[in-house]
Amino acid sequence: MLEHHARLIALFNYAREVVGRKKLQKMVYIAKKLEFPFCEKYQFHFYGPYSEELTLRVEELCNLGFIEETKEKVSGYYQYRYTLTEQGEQFLKHYDLDLEPLQSCVDSMNEQPSRILELISTILYFDHLSKDEIIEKVQKVKQKQKYTSEEIEEAFQYIEDLKTQKTVVS
Amino acid sequence: MNYMKQQLDEEKVFKDPVHRYIHVRDRIIWDLIGTKEFQRLRRIRQLGTTYLTFHGAEHSRFSHSLGVYEIVRRITEIFKDRPHWDDDERILCLSAALLHDVGHGPYSHSFEKVFNLDHEDFTQAIILGDTEVNAVLKRVDDDFPRKVSEVIAKTYENKLVVSMISSQIDADRMDYLLRDAYFTGVSYGQFDIERILRVMRPKEDQVVIKQSGMHAVEDYIMSRYQMYWQVYFHPVTRSAEVILSKILNRAKSLYDEGYTFKLEPLHFISLFNEKVDLEDYIKLDEGIIQYYFQAWQEEEDEILRDLCERFLNRRLFKYMEFNPNVHMEDWHKLYTLFVKAGIDPDYYLIVDSSSDLPYDFYRPGEEEERLPIHLLTRKNEYRELSRESTVVEAISGKKRTDHKLYYPADLISQVEDKEIKRKISEILEL
Repeated sequence: MLEHHARLIALFNYAREVVGRKKLQKMVYIAKKLEFPFCEKYQFHFYGPYSEELTLRVEELCNLGFIEETKEKVSGYYQYRYTLTEQGEQFLKHYDLDLEPLQSCVDSMNEQPSRILELISTILYFDHLSKDEIIEKVQKVKQKQKYTSEEIEEAFQYIEDLKTQKTVVS
Repeated sequence: MNYMKQQLDEEKVFKDPVHRYIHVRDRIIWDLIGTKEFQRLRRIRQLGTTYLTFHGAEHSRFSHSLGVYEIVRRITEIFKDRPHWDDDERILCLSAALLHDVGHGPYSHSFEKVFNLDHEDFTQAIILGDTEVNAVLKRVDDDFPRKVSEVIAKTYENKLVVSMISSQIDADRMDYLLRDAYFTGVSYGQFDIERILRVMRPKEDQVVIKQSGMHAVEDYIMSRYQMYWQVYFHPVTRSAEVILSKILNRAKSLYDEGYTFKLEPLHFISLFNEKVDLEDYIKLDEGIIQYYFQAWQEEEDEILRDLCERFLNRRLFKYMEFNPNVHMEDWHKLYTLFVKAGIDPDYYLIVDSSSDLPYDFYRPGEEEERLPIHLLTRKNEYRELSRESTVVEAISGKKRTDHKLYYPADLISQVEDKEIKRKISEILEL
Protein backbone atom coordinates (compact mmCIF):
# COMPACT_ATOMS: atom_id res chain seq x y z
CA MET A 1 0.00 0.00 0.00
CA LEU A 2 1.22 3.47 -0.98
CA GLU A 3 4.68 2.21 -1.97
CA HIS A 4 5.04 4.99 -4.54
CA HIS A 5 4.42 7.57 -1.85
CA ALA A 6 6.94 5.82 0.39
CA ARG A 7 9.63 5.97 -2.30
CA LEU A 8 9.15 9.71 -2.63
CA ILE A 9 9.38 10.09 1.13
CA ALA A 10 12.63 8.12 0.98
CA LEU A 11 13.96 10.64 -1.54
CA PHE A 12 13.07 13.52 0.79
CA ASN A 13 14.68 11.60 3.61
CA TYR A 14 17.95 11.39 1.67
CA ALA A 15 17.78 14.99 0.46
CA ARG A 16 16.87 16.45 3.89
CA GLU A 17 15.35 19.34 1.96
CA VAL A 18 14.59 20.17 -1.66
CA VAL A 19 14.31 23.82 -2.65
CA GLY A 20 12.08 24.42 -5.66
CA ARG A 21 9.34 22.48 -7.37
CA LYS A 22 11.13 22.51 -10.68
CA LYS A 23 14.22 21.04 -9.03
CA LEU A 24 12.15 18.30 -7.41
CA GLN A 25 10.47 17.43 -10.73
CA LYS A 26 13.80 17.09 -12.48
CA MET A 27 15.47 15.17 -9.64
CA VAL A 28 12.76 12.51 -9.64
CA TYR A 29 12.87 12.30 -13.43
CA ILE A 30 16.64 11.86 -13.49
CA ALA A 31 16.43 9.25 -10.71
CA LYS A 32 13.77 7.43 -12.73
CA LYS A 33 15.99 7.48 -15.82
CA LEU A 34 18.79 6.03 -13.68
CA GLU A 35 16.38 3.12 -13.09
CA PHE A 36 15.48 3.90 -9.50
CA PRO A 37 11.95 2.60 -8.91
CA PHE A 38 9.93 5.76 -9.39
CA CYS A 39 6.77 5.22 -11.43
CA GLU A 40 5.52 8.79 -11.92
CA LYS A 41 4.57 9.37 -15.52
CA TYR A 42 6.34 12.25 -17.23
CA GLN A 43 5.53 14.22 -20.34
CA PHE A 44 7.54 16.85 -22.12
CA HIS A 45 6.38 20.36 -21.27
CA PHE A 46 7.57 23.88 -21.90
CA TYR A 47 10.26 23.59 -19.22
CA GLY A 48 11.28 20.01 -19.92
CA PRO A 49 9.99 16.73 -18.46
CA TYR A 50 7.14 17.30 -16.01
CA SER A 51 4.89 14.91 -14.09
CA GLU A 52 1.43 15.93 -12.95
CA GLU A 53 1.31 12.64 -11.05
CA LEU A 54 4.35 13.71 -9.02
CA THR A 55 2.83 17.14 -8.34
CA LEU A 56 -0.35 15.50 -7.04
CA ARG A 57 1.56 12.96 -4.99
CA VAL A 58 3.61 15.68 -3.33
CA GLU A 59 0.39 17.58 -2.57
CA GLU A 60 -0.96 14.42 -0.97
CA LEU A 61 2.16 13.99 1.14
CA CYS A 62 1.87 17.59 2.30
CA ASN A 63 -1.83 17.19 3.14
CA LEU A 64 -1.07 14.01 5.08
CA GLY A 65 1.57 15.85 7.11
CA PHE A 66 4.46 13.69 5.87
CA ILE A 67 6.17 16.56 4.10
CA GLU A 68 6.26 20.22 4.94
CA GLU A 69 5.99 22.78 2.18
CA THR A 70 7.20 26.31 2.84
CA LYS A 71 6.42 29.10 0.40
CA GLU A 72 9.09 31.79 0.13
CA LYS A 73 9.12 34.95 -1.89
CA VAL A 74 12.29 35.19 -3.99
CA SER A 75 12.91 38.22 -6.23
CA GLY A 76 9.46 38.52 -7.77
CA TYR A 77 8.31 34.90 -7.65
CA TYR A 78 7.43 32.22 -5.12
CA GLN A 79 9.68 29.31 -4.35
CA TYR A 80 8.73 26.18 -2.42
CA ARG A 81 10.91 24.39 0.09
CA TYR A 82 10.17 20.79 1.05
CA THR A 83 11.31 18.99 4.19
CA LEU A 84 10.41 15.64 5.68
CA THR A 85 8.40 15.74 8.92
CA GLU A 86 8.62 13.42 11.89
CA GLN A 87 5.33 11.82 10.80
CA GLY A 88 6.88 11.20 7.42
CA GLU A 89 9.82 9.48 9.07
CA GLN A 90 7.41 7.31 11.08
CA PHE A 91 5.48 6.41 7.92
CA LEU A 92 8.69 5.41 6.19
CA LYS A 93 9.44 2.89 8.96
CA HIS A 94 6.53 0.76 7.72
CA TYR A 95 8.43 0.08 4.50
CA ASP A 96 11.50 -1.91 3.68
CA LEU A 97 12.88 0.04 0.73
CA ASP A 98 16.28 -0.84 -0.60
CA LEU A 99 17.20 2.53 -2.08
CA GLU A 100 20.67 3.04 -0.60
CA PRO A 101 22.34 3.93 -3.93
CA LEU A 102 19.87 6.79 -4.28
CA GLN A 103 21.54 8.70 -1.44
CA SER A 104 24.66 9.82 -3.31
CA CYS A 105 22.74 10.62 -6.51
CA VAL A 106 20.27 12.76 -4.58
CA ASP A 107 23.09 14.56 -2.75
CA SER A 108 24.77 15.31 -6.03
CA MET A 109 21.62 16.46 -7.87
CA ASN A 110 20.54 18.60 -4.95
CA GLU A 111 23.71 20.66 -5.34
CA GLN A 112 22.92 21.48 -8.97
CA PRO A 113 20.94 24.58 -9.97
CA SER A 114 17.50 23.77 -11.41
CA ARG A 115 18.50 25.32 -14.75
CA ILE A 116 21.19 22.65 -15.15
CA LEU A 117 18.85 19.89 -13.98
CA GLU A 118 16.43 21.07 -16.67
CA LEU A 119 19.17 20.59 -19.25
CA ILE A 120 20.17 17.17 -17.89
CA SER A 121 16.59 15.92 -17.77
CA THR A 122 15.95 17.20 -21.30
CA ILE A 123 19.03 15.36 -22.58
CA LEU A 124 17.78 12.20 -20.87
CA TYR A 125 14.31 12.69 -22.36
CA PHE A 126 15.83 12.35 -25.82
CA ASP A 127 18.25 9.56 -24.93
CA HIS A 128 16.80 7.35 -27.68
CA LEU A 129 18.55 9.65 -30.19
CA SER A 130 22.24 9.86 -31.08
CA LYS A 131 24.38 12.38 -29.22
CA ASP A 132 24.45 14.80 -32.16
CA GLU A 133 20.69 14.55 -32.57
CA ILE A 134 20.20 15.16 -28.84
CA ILE A 135 22.33 18.30 -28.99
CA GLU A 136 20.41 19.55 -32.01
CA LYS A 137 17.09 18.79 -30.30
CA VAL A 138 18.10 20.48 -27.03
CA GLN A 139 19.16 23.61 -28.90
CA LYS A 140 15.78 23.68 -30.67
CA VAL A 141 13.45 23.01 -27.75
CA LYS A 142 15.52 24.99 -25.23
CA GLN A 143 16.35 27.97 -27.41
CA LYS A 144 15.37 30.45 -24.71
CA GLN A 145 17.66 28.90 -22.09
CA LYS A 146 20.67 29.59 -24.32
CA TYR A 147 22.71 26.64 -23.08
CA THR A 148 26.34 26.87 -24.17
CA SER A 149 28.20 23.97 -25.82
CA GLU A 150 30.29 23.66 -22.64
CA GLU A 151 27.19 23.34 -20.48
CA ILE A 152 25.74 20.69 -22.77
CA GLU A 153 29.00 18.74 -22.79
CA GLU A 154 29.26 18.99 -19.00
CA ALA A 155 25.68 17.75 -18.71
CA PHE A 156 26.52 14.65 -20.76
CA GLN A 157 29.55 14.04 -18.54
CA TYR A 158 27.46 14.57 -15.41
CA ILE A 159 24.97 11.91 -16.55
CA GLU A 160 27.84 9.46 -17.00
CA ASP A 161 29.18 10.33 -13.54
CA LEU A 162 25.77 9.71 -11.98
CA LYS A 163 25.51 6.33 -13.70
CA THR A 164 28.97 5.37 -12.45
CA GLN A 165 28.14 6.60 -8.96
CA LYS A 166 25.01 4.48 -8.91
CA THR A 167 26.87 1.38 -10.12
CA VAL A 168 29.68 1.79 -7.56
CA VAL A 169 27.26 2.17 -4.65
CA SER A 170 25.08 -0.71 -5.86
CA MET B 1 -1.46 18.71 -56.91
CA ASN B 2 0.44 18.53 -53.60
CA TYR B 3 -1.37 16.00 -51.37
CA MET B 4 -1.22 18.36 -48.39
CA LYS B 5 -3.25 20.94 -50.29
CA GLN B 6 -5.70 18.51 -51.87
CA GLN B 7 -9.35 19.26 -51.11
CA LEU B 8 -12.29 16.86 -51.36
CA ASP B 9 -14.68 17.42 -54.26
CA GLU B 10 -17.40 17.93 -51.71
CA GLU B 11 -17.09 18.82 -48.03
CA LYS B 12 -17.91 15.93 -45.67
CA VAL B 13 -19.74 16.59 -42.40
CA PHE B 14 -20.24 14.50 -39.28
CA LYS B 15 -23.25 15.32 -37.12
CA ASP B 16 -21.97 15.88 -33.62
CA PRO B 17 -23.94 16.52 -30.42
CA VAL B 18 -21.25 18.83 -29.01
CA HIS B 19 -20.11 20.92 -32.00
CA ARG B 20 -23.26 20.37 -34.15
CA TYR B 21 -21.18 19.66 -37.26
CA ILE B 22 -17.62 18.51 -37.85
CA HIS B 23 -16.38 19.70 -41.24
CA VAL B 24 -13.80 17.86 -43.33
CA ARG B 25 -12.51 19.48 -46.50
CA ASP B 26 -8.91 18.25 -46.66
CA ARG B 27 -8.22 14.97 -48.44
CA ILE B 28 -5.55 13.93 -45.90
CA ILE B 29 -7.94 14.27 -42.94
CA TRP B 30 -10.59 12.20 -44.68
CA ASP B 31 -8.00 9.54 -45.50
CA LEU B 32 -6.71 9.46 -41.91
CA ILE B 33 -10.23 9.00 -40.56
CA GLY B 34 -10.60 6.01 -42.88
CA THR B 35 -7.55 4.15 -41.56
CA LYS B 36 -8.10 1.01 -39.51
CA GLU B 37 -6.03 2.38 -36.61
CA PHE B 38 -8.32 5.40 -36.36
CA GLN B 39 -11.52 3.38 -36.86
CA ARG B 40 -10.45 1.19 -33.94
CA LEU B 41 -11.11 4.19 -31.66
CA ARG B 42 -14.84 3.62 -32.24
CA ARG B 43 -14.48 0.49 -30.11
CA ILE B 44 -12.87 2.21 -27.13
CA ARG B 45 -14.88 4.31 -24.72
CA GLN B 46 -13.55 7.75 -23.93
CA LEU B 47 -14.26 7.38 -20.20
CA GLY B 48 -13.42 3.72 -19.55
CA THR B 49 -15.39 2.49 -16.54
CA THR B 50 -17.39 5.71 -15.99
CA TYR B 51 -20.44 4.19 -17.73
CA LEU B 52 -20.94 2.09 -14.59
CA THR B 53 -21.61 5.32 -12.69
CA PHE B 54 -23.04 7.63 -15.37
CA HIS B 55 -24.84 5.29 -17.75
CA GLY B 56 -24.73 7.77 -20.63
CA ALA B 57 -20.94 7.79 -20.78
CA GLU B 58 -20.83 5.50 -23.81
CA HIS B 59 -19.05 7.93 -26.14
CA SER B 60 -15.89 6.77 -27.86
CA ARG B 61 -12.39 8.06 -28.37
CA PHE B 62 -13.32 8.29 -32.05
CA SER B 63 -15.88 11.04 -31.44
CA HIS B 64 -13.55 12.88 -29.05
CA SER B 65 -10.74 12.79 -31.63
CA LEU B 66 -13.05 14.23 -34.27
CA GLY B 67 -14.08 16.91 -31.77
CA VAL B 68 -10.50 17.94 -31.05
CA TYR B 69 -9.85 18.12 -34.78
CA GLU B 70 -12.92 20.36 -35.25
CA ILE B 71 -11.85 22.77 -32.48
CA VAL B 72 -8.35 23.06 -33.95
CA ARG B 73 -9.87 23.58 -37.41
CA ARG B 74 -11.87 26.50 -36.04
CA ILE B 75 -8.83 27.93 -34.26
CA THR B 76 -6.79 27.85 -37.47
CA GLU B 77 -9.55 29.83 -39.20
CA ILE B 78 -9.41 32.44 -36.43
CA PHE B 79 -5.59 32.58 -36.60
CA LYS B 80 -5.45 32.92 -40.38
CA ASP B 81 -3.43 35.99 -41.49
CA ARG B 82 -2.55 36.95 -37.89
CA PRO B 83 1.06 37.61 -36.85
CA HIS B 84 3.03 34.61 -35.49
CA TRP B 85 0.72 32.14 -37.27
CA ASP B 86 2.10 30.27 -40.26
CA ASP B 87 -0.73 28.83 -42.33
CA ASP B 88 1.66 26.21 -43.72
CA GLU B 89 1.38 24.54 -40.28
CA ARG B 90 -2.40 24.13 -40.63
CA ILE B 91 -2.44 20.54 -41.92
CA LEU B 92 0.18 19.54 -39.36
CA CYS B 93 -2.02 20.92 -36.56
CA LEU B 94 -5.15 19.22 -37.89
CA SER B 95 -3.41 15.86 -38.33
CA ALA B 96 -1.91 16.01 -34.83
CA ALA B 97 -5.28 17.00 -33.35
CA LEU B 98 -7.02 14.10 -35.05
CA LEU B 99 -4.36 11.55 -34.09
CA HIS B 100 -3.44 12.75 -30.61
CA ASP B 101 -5.16 9.76 -28.90
CA VAL B 102 -4.76 7.14 -31.62
CA GLY B 103 -2.58 4.99 -29.36
CA HIS B 104 -5.14 4.64 -26.60
CA GLY B 105 -6.14 1.11 -25.74
CA PRO B 106 -9.20 -0.28 -23.96
CA TYR B 107 -9.43 0.81 -20.32
CA SER B 108 -6.13 2.55 -20.84
CA HIS B 109 -5.60 3.67 -17.29
CA SER B 110 -5.72 0.21 -15.69
CA PHE B 111 -3.87 -1.50 -18.53
CA GLU B 112 -1.04 1.00 -18.40
CA LYS B 113 -0.62 0.62 -14.65
CA VAL B 114 -0.76 -3.17 -14.58
CA PHE B 115 1.20 -3.98 -17.73
CA ASN B 116 3.63 -1.08 -17.54
CA LEU B 117 2.54 0.45 -20.84
CA ASP B 118 2.18 4.00 -22.08
CA HIS B 119 -0.44 4.76 -24.71
CA GLU B 120 1.70 7.64 -25.91
CA ASP B 121 4.41 5.20 -26.99
CA PHE B 122 1.79 3.44 -29.11
CA THR B 123 0.56 6.74 -30.54
CA GLN B 124 4.13 7.37 -31.68
CA ALA B 125 4.44 3.80 -32.99
CA ILE B 126 1.20 4.06 -34.99
CA ILE B 127 2.29 7.35 -36.54
CA LEU B 128 5.87 6.29 -37.29
CA GLY B 129 5.50 2.53 -37.82
CA ASP B 130 4.25 0.30 -40.62
CA THR B 131 0.58 1.33 -40.42
CA GLU B 132 -2.18 2.76 -42.58
CA VAL B 133 -1.90 6.04 -40.68
CA ASN B 134 1.80 6.27 -41.47
CA ALA B 135 1.17 5.51 -45.15
CA VAL B 136 -1.32 8.39 -45.39
CA LEU B 137 1.00 10.84 -43.61
CA LYS B 138 3.91 9.86 -45.84
CA ARG B 139 1.95 10.97 -48.88
CA VAL B 140 2.70 14.54 -47.75
CA ASP B 141 6.42 13.77 -47.51
CA ASP B 142 8.71 11.29 -45.77
CA ASP B 143 9.35 13.65 -42.86
CA PHE B 144 5.71 14.52 -42.17
CA PRO B 145 4.97 11.57 -39.81
CA ARG B 146 7.91 12.66 -37.63
CA LYS B 147 6.54 16.20 -37.41
CA VAL B 148 3.08 14.97 -36.42
CA SER B 149 4.58 12.66 -33.79
CA GLU B 150 6.65 15.53 -32.36
CA VAL B 151 3.65 17.84 -32.08
CA ILE B 152 1.80 15.14 -30.13
CA ALA B 153 4.87 14.42 -27.98
CA LYS B 154 5.17 18.20 -27.37
CA THR B 155 8.75 18.22 -28.62
CA TYR B 156 8.09 20.02 -31.91
CA GLU B 157 10.13 23.21 -32.26
CA ASN B 158 7.13 25.45 -32.98
CA LYS B 159 5.67 25.72 -29.49
CA LEU B 160 2.65 27.66 -30.69
CA VAL B 161 1.54 24.61 -32.68
CA VAL B 162 2.13 22.36 -29.66
CA SER B 163 0.14 24.63 -27.35
CA MET B 164 -2.97 24.37 -29.56
CA ILE B 165 -3.05 20.61 -28.98
CA SER B 166 -1.53 20.54 -25.52
CA SER B 167 -1.49 23.34 -22.99
CA GLN B 168 -3.57 24.36 -20.01
CA ILE B 169 -6.27 25.61 -22.38
CA ASP B 170 -6.09 23.38 -25.41
CA ALA B 171 -8.44 21.80 -27.90
CA ASP B 172 -8.14 18.38 -26.26
CA ARG B 173 -9.40 19.55 -22.88
CA MET B 174 -12.07 21.82 -24.28
CA ASP B 175 -13.54 18.97 -26.27
CA TYR B 176 -13.41 16.31 -23.57
CA LEU B 177 -14.90 18.57 -20.91
CA LEU B 178 -17.87 19.50 -23.08
CA ARG B 179 -18.29 15.99 -24.48
CA ASP B 180 -17.94 14.21 -21.14
CA ALA B 181 -20.39 16.65 -19.51
CA TYR B 182 -22.87 16.10 -22.34
CA PHE B 183 -22.73 12.31 -22.25
CA THR B 184 -22.63 11.91 -18.48
CA GLY B 185 -25.58 14.28 -18.26
CA VAL B 186 -24.00 16.59 -15.68
CA SER B 187 -24.61 20.31 -15.90
CA TYR B 188 -21.35 21.62 -14.45
CA GLY B 189 -19.07 20.94 -17.43
CA GLN B 190 -20.50 23.70 -19.59
CA PHE B 191 -18.54 26.79 -20.69
CA ASP B 192 -18.70 29.16 -23.61
CA ILE B 193 -16.27 27.63 -26.10
CA GLU B 194 -17.33 29.99 -28.91
CA ARG B 195 -16.29 32.94 -26.79
CA ILE B 196 -12.95 31.35 -25.84
CA LEU B 197 -12.11 30.59 -29.46
CA ARG B 198 -12.93 34.17 -30.47
CA VAL B 199 -10.52 35.66 -27.90
CA MET B 200 -7.60 33.28 -28.58
CA ARG B 201 -4.56 34.93 -30.12
CA PRO B 202 -1.38 33.32 -31.49
CA LYS B 203 1.88 34.55 -29.99
CA GLU B 204 5.48 33.57 -30.51
CA ASP B 205 5.39 30.34 -28.53
CA GLN B 206 1.91 29.96 -27.07
CA VAL B 207 -1.76 30.72 -27.51
CA VAL B 208 -2.86 33.57 -25.26
CA ILE B 209 -6.32 34.88 -24.35
CA LYS B 210 -7.45 38.46 -24.71
CA GLN B 211 -8.18 39.86 -21.27
CA SER B 212 -11.77 40.60 -22.28
CA GLY B 213 -12.31 36.83 -22.42
CA MET B 214 -11.20 36.20 -18.86
CA HIS B 215 -14.66 35.31 -17.55
CA ALA B 216 -15.19 32.66 -20.21
CA VAL B 217 -11.82 31.15 -19.22
CA GLU B 218 -12.81 31.28 -15.53
CA ASP B 219 -15.86 29.23 -16.45
CA TYR B 220 -13.67 26.72 -18.29
CA ILE B 221 -11.34 26.39 -15.27
CA MET B 222 -14.33 25.95 -12.96
CA SER B 223 -15.75 23.28 -15.21
CA ARG B 224 -12.43 21.42 -15.16
CA TYR B 225 -12.37 21.50 -11.39
CA GLN B 226 -15.98 20.38 -11.04
CA MET B 227 -15.73 17.61 -13.61
CA TYR B 228 -12.68 16.22 -11.86
CA TRP B 229 -14.32 15.72 -8.50
CA GLN B 230 -17.84 14.98 -9.71
CA VAL B 231 -17.13 12.74 -12.71
CA TYR B 232 -13.52 11.72 -13.33
CA PHE B 233 -12.78 10.93 -9.72
CA HIS B 234 -16.18 9.61 -8.70
CA PRO B 235 -15.61 6.96 -5.98
CA VAL B 236 -17.89 4.42 -7.69
CA THR B 237 -15.98 4.74 -10.96
CA ARG B 238 -12.78 4.29 -9.00
CA SER B 239 -14.23 1.17 -7.42
CA ALA B 240 -14.80 -0.31 -10.88
CA GLU B 241 -11.31 0.78 -11.90
CA VAL B 242 -9.83 -0.92 -8.82
CA ILE B 243 -11.63 -4.19 -9.64
CA LEU B 244 -10.55 -3.99 -13.28
CA SER B 245 -6.91 -3.55 -12.23
CA LYS B 246 -7.20 -6.49 -9.89
CA ILE B 247 -8.67 -8.71 -12.64
CA LEU B 248 -5.66 -7.91 -14.81
CA ASN B 249 -3.27 -8.45 -11.90
CA ARG B 250 -4.88 -11.79 -11.08
CA ALA B 251 -4.88 -13.01 -14.67
CA LYS B 252 -1.20 -12.08 -15.04
CA SER B 253 -0.29 -13.70 -11.74
CA LEU B 254 -2.07 -16.94 -12.72
CA TYR B 255 -0.34 -16.93 -16.10
CA ASP B 256 3.05 -16.45 -14.41
CA GLU B 257 2.30 -19.41 -12.10
CA GLY B 258 1.56 -21.63 -15.10
CA TYR B 259 -2.19 -21.87 -14.40
CA THR B 260 -4.18 -23.51 -17.20
CA PHE B 261 -6.99 -21.22 -18.34
CA LYS B 262 -10.11 -22.84 -19.75
CA LEU B 263 -9.97 -20.24 -22.49
CA GLU B 264 -6.38 -19.57 -23.48
CA PRO B 265 -5.87 -15.79 -23.13
CA LEU B 266 -4.20 -15.38 -26.53
CA HIS B 267 -4.80 -11.63 -26.70
CA PHE B 268 -3.17 -11.13 -23.31
CA ILE B 269 -0.01 -13.20 -23.69
CA SER B 270 2.22 -10.43 -25.00
CA LEU B 271 0.81 -8.15 -22.26
CA PHE B 272 1.58 -10.74 -19.57
CA ASN B 273 5.13 -11.04 -20.91
CA GLU B 274 5.41 -7.23 -21.14
CA LYS B 275 6.50 -7.58 -24.76
CA VAL B 276 3.62 -5.99 -26.59
CA ASP B 277 4.19 -5.33 -30.25
CA LEU B 278 2.12 -2.90 -32.25
CA GLU B 279 0.23 -5.61 -34.14
CA ASP B 280 -0.96 -7.23 -30.91
CA TYR B 281 -1.80 -3.87 -29.37
CA ILE B 282 -3.98 -2.72 -32.27
CA LYS B 283 -6.05 -5.91 -31.96
CA LEU B 284 -7.15 -4.93 -28.46
CA ASP B 285 -10.46 -3.21 -27.95
CA GLU B 286 -13.18 -3.29 -25.30
CA GLY B 287 -15.10 -6.04 -27.08
CA ILE B 288 -12.12 -8.39 -26.84
CA ILE B 289 -11.47 -7.58 -23.19
CA GLN B 290 -15.09 -8.05 -22.16
CA TYR B 291 -15.22 -11.36 -24.01
CA TYR B 292 -12.40 -12.66 -21.80
CA PHE B 293 -14.07 -11.29 -18.69
CA GLN B 294 -17.24 -13.16 -19.66
CA ALA B 295 -15.26 -16.35 -20.18
CA TRP B 296 -13.26 -15.92 -16.95
CA GLN B 297 -16.51 -16.00 -14.98
CA GLU B 298 -16.36 -19.76 -15.63
CA GLU B 299 -12.73 -20.18 -14.48
CA GLU B 300 -11.65 -22.54 -11.69
CA ASP B 301 -9.77 -19.76 -9.94
CA GLU B 302 -12.16 -18.33 -7.38
CA ILE B 303 -10.63 -14.85 -7.23
CA LEU B 304 -10.54 -14.29 -11.00
CA ARG B 305 -14.07 -15.67 -11.34
CA ASP B 306 -15.42 -13.44 -8.57
CA LEU B 307 -13.69 -10.26 -9.76
CA CYS B 308 -14.95 -10.70 -13.35
CA GLU B 309 -18.47 -11.38 -12.13
CA ARG B 310 -18.27 -8.21 -9.99
CA PHE B 311 -17.08 -6.07 -12.87
CA LEU B 312 -19.61 -7.30 -15.43
CA ASN B 313 -22.57 -7.21 -13.06
CA ARG B 314 -21.55 -4.01 -11.26
CA ARG B 315 -21.19 -5.66 -7.87
CA LEU B 316 -18.54 -3.17 -6.85
CA PHE B 317 -16.47 -2.68 -3.72
CA LYS B 318 -17.66 -0.36 -0.98
CA TYR B 319 -15.34 2.32 0.27
CA MET B 320 -14.48 4.52 3.23
CA GLU B 321 -12.36 7.64 3.70
CA PHE B 322 -8.84 6.63 4.57
CA ASN B 323 -6.06 8.75 5.99
CA PRO B 324 -2.75 6.86 5.81
CA ASN B 325 -1.36 9.05 8.57
CA VAL B 326 -4.16 8.16 10.98
CA HIS B 327 -5.27 4.70 9.81
CA MET B 328 -1.96 3.00 9.07
CA GLU B 329 -2.23 0.69 12.08
CA ASP B 330 -5.85 -0.10 11.18
CA TRP B 331 -4.76 -1.09 7.73
CA HIS B 332 -2.20 -3.54 9.09
CA LYS B 333 -4.83 -5.00 11.44
CA LEU B 334 -7.33 -5.30 8.59
CA TYR B 335 -4.76 -6.99 6.38
CA THR B 336 -4.17 -9.67 9.04
CA LEU B 337 -7.89 -10.09 9.74
CA PHE B 338 -8.67 -10.49 6.04
CA VAL B 339 -6.06 -13.27 5.80
CA LYS B 340 -7.62 -15.01 8.82
CA ALA B 341 -11.07 -14.63 7.27
CA GLY B 342 -9.88 -16.25 4.04
CA ILE B 343 -10.25 -13.08 1.96
CA ASP B 344 -7.08 -12.32 0.02
CA PRO B 345 -6.19 -8.70 0.99
CA ASP B 346 -3.97 -8.25 -2.05
CA TYR B 347 -7.13 -8.41 -4.18
CA TYR B 348 -9.83 -7.26 -1.79
CA LEU B 349 -8.32 -4.50 0.36
CA ILE B 350 -7.13 -1.58 -1.72
CA VAL B 351 -6.10 1.96 -0.93
CA ASP B 352 -6.69 4.33 -3.83
CA SER B 353 -5.30 7.87 -3.94
CA SER B 354 -6.17 10.93 -5.98
CA SER B 355 -2.73 10.79 -7.58
CA ASP B 356 -3.55 7.33 -8.95
CA LEU B 357 -5.63 9.10 -11.56
CA PRO B 358 -3.52 12.12 -12.40
CA TYR B 359 -5.61 14.89 -13.78
CA ASP B 360 -4.35 18.29 -14.77
CA PHE B 361 -5.55 20.87 -12.32
CA TYR B 362 -4.86 24.40 -13.39
CA ARG B 363 -1.30 25.27 -12.34
CA PRO B 364 -0.21 28.91 -12.22
CA GLY B 365 3.24 28.02 -13.53
CA GLU B 366 5.14 28.99 -10.41
CA GLU B 367 8.83 28.15 -10.54
CA GLU B 368 8.52 27.30 -14.22
CA GLU B 369 6.80 23.98 -13.66
CA ARG B 370 4.22 24.37 -16.38
CA LEU B 371 3.33 27.15 -18.76
CA PRO B 372 0.25 28.88 -17.32
CA ILE B 373 -2.63 30.53 -19.17
CA HIS B 374 -1.64 34.05 -20.08
CA LEU B 375 -4.08 36.92 -20.57
CA LEU B 376 -3.19 39.59 -23.09
CA THR B 377 -3.89 43.11 -21.82
CA ARG B 378 -4.75 46.12 -23.96
CA LYS B 379 -1.20 47.33 -23.43
CA ASN B 380 -0.02 44.10 -25.07
CA GLU B 381 1.36 42.74 -21.79
CA TYR B 382 0.96 39.21 -20.40
CA ARG B 383 -0.76 38.53 -17.08
CA GLU B 384 -0.92 35.06 -15.55
CA LEU B 385 -4.59 34.08 -15.17
CA SER B 386 -4.66 33.37 -11.42
CA ARG B 387 -3.12 36.79 -10.68
CA GLU B 388 -6.04 38.47 -12.42
CA SER B 389 -8.87 36.17 -11.42
CA THR B 390 -9.74 35.63 -7.78
CA VAL B 391 -11.94 32.68 -8.78
CA VAL B 392 -9.03 30.87 -10.44
CA GLU B 393 -6.65 31.85 -7.63
CA ALA B 394 -9.00 30.25 -5.11
CA ILE B 395 -9.12 26.97 -7.06
CA SER B 396 -5.47 26.71 -8.00
CA GLY B 397 -4.34 27.48 -4.46
CA LYS B 398 -6.51 24.77 -2.96
CA LYS B 399 -4.79 21.43 -2.57
CA ARG B 400 -7.59 18.94 -2.32
CA THR B 401 -6.46 15.35 -2.17
CA ASP B 402 -8.20 12.20 -1.18
CA HIS B 403 -7.56 8.56 -0.28
CA LYS B 404 -10.14 5.81 -0.08
CA LEU B 405 -10.06 2.24 1.17
CA TYR B 406 -12.03 -0.21 -0.98
CA TYR B 407 -13.36 -3.53 0.34
CA PRO B 408 -16.01 -6.18 -0.55
CA ALA B 409 -18.82 -5.64 2.00
CA ASP B 410 -20.67 -8.75 0.75
CA LEU B 411 -17.71 -11.08 1.40
CA ILE B 412 -17.22 -9.59 4.87
CA SER B 413 -20.87 -10.22 5.71
CA GLN B 414 -20.33 -13.91 4.85
CA VAL B 415 -17.33 -14.39 7.20
CA GLU B 416 -18.21 -17.30 9.49
CA ASP B 417 -15.91 -16.51 12.41
CA LYS B 418 -17.98 -14.02 14.42
CA GLU B 419 -15.02 -12.52 16.27
CA ILE B 420 -13.05 -11.82 13.10
CA LYS B 421 -16.16 -10.47 11.43
CA ARG B 422 -16.84 -8.18 14.42
CA LYS B 423 -13.29 -6.80 14.39
CA ILE B 424 -13.34 -6.14 10.64
CA SER B 425 -16.76 -4.49 10.86
CA GLU B 426 -15.60 -2.33 13.76
CA ILE B 427 -12.60 -0.96 11.85
CA LEU B 428 -14.60 -0.44 8.65
CA GLU B 429 -17.49 1.06 10.64
CA LEU B 430 -19.97 -1.36 9.05
